[in-house]
Amino acid sequence: MNVTVEIDAVRESELLNVSEAGPASKRVIAGFGFWIFLLSDIVMFSALFASYAVLAKASAGGMTGIQLFDQRNVAIETALLLLSSYTCGMMSLAINSRRYLPTFLGAAVTFLLGVAFLALELREFQGMIALGATPQRSAFLSAFFTLVGSHGLHVTVGLAWLVLMMVQLSLRGFQDVVVRRLHCFSLFWHALDIIWVLIFTVVYLMGVLP
Amino acid sequence: MTLLGKLDWSAVPFDQPIIMGTVGVMVVAIASILSWVTLKGYVPYLWREWITSVDHKRIGVMYIVLALVMLLRGFADGIMMRTQQAVATGGAQGYLPPEHFDQIFSAHGTIMIFFVAMPFVIGLMNFVVPLQLGVRDVAFPTMNSISFWLTASGVLLTNVSLAVGEFAKTGWFAYPPLSELQFSPGVGVDYYLWSLQISGIGTLLSGVNFVTTILKMRAPGMSYMRMPVFCWTALASNLLIVAAFPVLTALFAMLLLDRYLGFHFFTVDAGGNVMMYVNLFWIWGHPEVYILVLPAFGVYSEVAATFSGKSLFGYRSMVLATMAICVLSYTVWLHHFFTMGASANVNAFFGITSMIIGVPTGVKVFNWLFTMYGGRVRFTVPVLWTIGFMVTFVFGGLTGVLLALPAVDWQVHNSVFLIAHFHHVIIPGVLFGAIAGYNYWFPKAFGFRLDERWGKAAFWCWFIGFHLAFMPLYVTGLMGMPRRLQHSDVLAWQPWLLVAEVGALVILSGIICQIVQIVVSIRHREQLRDTTGDPWNGRTLEWSTASPPPAWNFAVLPRVNELDVFWAHKQRVLAKQELPVRQHAYQPIEVPKNSPVGFVTAFFAVITGFALIWHIWWMAGFGVLGAAVTLLAFMFRRKDEVEIPADEVGLFDRAHPVEVSL
Amino acid sequence: MTEMRWDVAPGDRPTIPASEQGASSGFLVYTIGLLLAVILTITSFWVANTSAIWAPGVPAGLAVLAIAQMGVHLVFFLHITTGPDSTNNVLALAFGVLIVFLVLAGSLVIMADLNQNMMPHTDMLNLQMQR
Repeated sequence: MNVTVEIDAVRESELLNVSEAGPASKRVIAGFGFWIFLLSDIVMFSALFASYAVLAKASAGGMTGIQLFDQRNVAIETALLLLSSYTCGMMSLAINSRRYLPTFLGAAVTFLLGVAFLALELREFQGMIALGATPQRSAFLSAFFTLVGSHGLHVTVGLAWLVLMMVQLSLRGFQDVVVRRLHCFSLFWHALDIIWVLIFTVVYLMGVLP
Repeated sequence: MTLLGKLDWSAVPFDQPIIMGTVGVMVVAIASILSWVTLKGYVPYLWREWITSVDHKRIGVMYIVLALVMLLRGFADGIMMRTQQAVATGGAQGYLPPEHFDQIFSAHGTIMIFFVAMPFVIGLMNFVVPLQLGVRDVAFPTMNSISFWLTASGVLLTNVSLAVGEFAKTGWFAYPPLSELQFSPGVGVDYYLWSLQISGIGTLLSGVNFVTTILKMRAPGMSYMRMPVFCWTALASNLLIVAAFPVLTALFAMLLLDRYLGFHFFTVDAGGNVMMYVNLFWIWGHPEVYILVLPAFGVYSEVAATFSGKSLFGYRSMVLATMAICVLSYTVWLHHFFTMGASANVNAFFGITSMIIGVPTGVKVFNWLFTMYGGRVRFTVPVLWTIGFMVTFVFGGLTGVLLALPAVDWQVHNSVFLIAHFHHVIIPGVLFGAIAGYNYWFPKAFGFRLDERWGKAAFWCWFIGFHLAFMPLYVTGLMGMPRRLQHSDVLAWQPWLLVAEVGALVILSGIICQIVQIVVSIRHREQLRDTTGDPWNGRTLEWSTASPPPAWNFAVLPRVNELDVFWAHKQRVLAKQELPVRQHAYQPIEVPKNSPVGFVTAFFAVITGFALIWHIWWMAGFGVLGAAVTLLAFMFRRKDEVEIPADEVGLFDRAHPVEVSL
Repeated sequence: MTEMRWDVAPGDRPTIPASEQGASSGFLVYTIGLLLAVILTITSFWVANTSAIWAPGVPAGLAVLAIAQMGVHLVFFLHITTGPDSTNNVLALAFGVLIVFLVLAGSLVIMADLNQNMMPHTDMLNLQMQR
């Protein structure tokens, strides 16, 4: 929204700090708002983490983490997601310099890495279900599927968003609103990798300790 | 799987006259209003100016209208319970069978917290905060509209449960295992869960919106310590929304997974942990009550200062106390389940934190008292509600400090003593504050004041009625009466319950006075007209705008040099040190474009919720698809803003000069 | 508002406007971040699987490594700094971390305590068996 200020009454030197500078730019507002939303999402994940931590040993006679988790698979998933965060960063640099080809390239690689991550995760879930380790089997499995599955759902939504953003970029170019949304996407994507760090540490690595 | 899932004609409770009567009245009322609106040709106006509005002032008004309407439903539930308990003693069964009574107390709590208190408080913040900050709107106006309409969706679903199906019988916290599929196989708990999940998303988005607005959008020169206290309390409340609501979302998602997909988070078998629900619920639940009460405290600060003609005493300590309450509210939650098996050490820790949190509130009470002391207090309706709050809330808070002692709590947990306590803090705390704010800012929103006499009558009825209705419950609680009793055979309780019933009737007269107040005020609006924009000789920036303010709020954003900048400006004008109105060149102003996305998304949310409740899977998919398409259409819309030409801004501004009232 | 550079959106590099940030310095920051994250990740997997570290210390070690990794992401990918233009972003993050800590620590302590306190006592079990 356009904001008009009495220019004659405002001297830059009078404004001592950012808290007195008046309404911030749209970029700052959109970025900060999305940042707050991400923090709320992280709080939601913490509730799921808390449930997982409490229920991690409640296997009700069914299969446990030690029996189910495949570290090699998790390592590959981690590498894929970490690399996709990096390529997302490359995409952000390309957006900053308003270059189309590197942006689309960065987006494409990020997308493919993300899809590969999801494919591995789905395969892992399928494998567990085939062994009878379904979320309905025990509280531990319910918590596992919900926590890791929620992350996967967020990744899926992120990938869909990325595709939509590339469509919008090709239709509208680097308009301000498009750049703001891409910036929010990159915040989202990096945050998902941060959550994954916690997941692979707490669920998979700590989960296979004797 | 049939086409309509679990839904068939047996869902409508034809055999229950009370429910059918209520549904009949609701249907007739809604149908008449809709017909009247349509026949009078108001639909295009309503669509253009209200339903698709992204203006924070319009959205704020709609939230409060929603809250007031739901107050009637919530109160009806309350008085039905009071009446049932007053008559159903000593072998009598009363008029409400247990299955119905259980739904009533569950609906009463759910509606009052989520659909009366929350919308009222959020509505006040919506209307007032951007005006007090000296800006044009909130950070994300369209998202604001989505938030409102999603809340309305939750309201609609809950009310539909009366006519089609049933509501939860689990109480408003819906503890498992009772709320699990095994023990609540009907649709009641699903109505509860989906209504609250949907409106919860709206609330969370509101929280994000207001935190961003308050931290990133203030008039030039308005540093943090020059913000009105109401904005500080709004900040604290919305930070708590962002911090607490995601926990509820996760929690309800887990219970829904248990109920729909057979997961085992909170079941009694396969390793489920019922106490985990209780723990997570109250991690949300305690901050929730502070989400409600902090803005009400903000209202009291504004009202006390304005009507004492003095600046608020102890601004810095008010700010510190507010932020202290914000953080501390996240450290006390176990006091809601002292009796559920924690060790003495854990109970003691949370007992201590629960007592500590009373300290900043005490600081606030003293500040309000010192604000009024030495001032020339005008006993207007908002001030009556404020004094009523101060006198009543302190005692309610004291019963809270009492309950913070685990040893005491063990005696009275889940008795009506507890009921008395929390109504003793929520009603004077939240409701009186909301009503004070409603009376205080009504002229700003609509251009005319509310009738004073009926306002005062309403206050006295509420004040007296509240005490009559709830003080007896302390007595019966100490005599051993549990909460949520459909009938009892302890005759010693009955005289107290009859007094409580009288109290409920007095509150009813209070509500009737409030309805009359609106009718009379509208009738006499010309006599009550607010021509200056500043009917109360206010201190903060919202009073420097016209009543009602134009869509753009301020033609030129005010330059803020100090606290209570409008009051300071008026004093300087009176002392002839400053011109009342500055001359300036008007610029065109861009305002956000109205959008149907909120209403349409909410429409699909209702369809999805209803479909999921009744297991109509194809309809649920259709609803989700519809919502997705709506958001997609919004994402790709071409124009975000509308330009108001400079002439229009200038015309309005010159026609509504700010007058200095004495 | 004017072109003030007082405030920075989360994820933007501080003080330099987005359009003026040199692509090469940005590239370096992301690459260093990636390398650090890779090292930390490999170390985590090693710590979890080696017998070279005292067993009870392994969860703590993993936690420290996880926190370090999150820090790398925040600093190198999300550009969270302690500069004055980033204060709001850091405060918001700190608030979020506080809440997460309260939820996790609070829940774990409470649920462990409940579990411990509500365990059937062995003598009570014996009583039941004796009847």
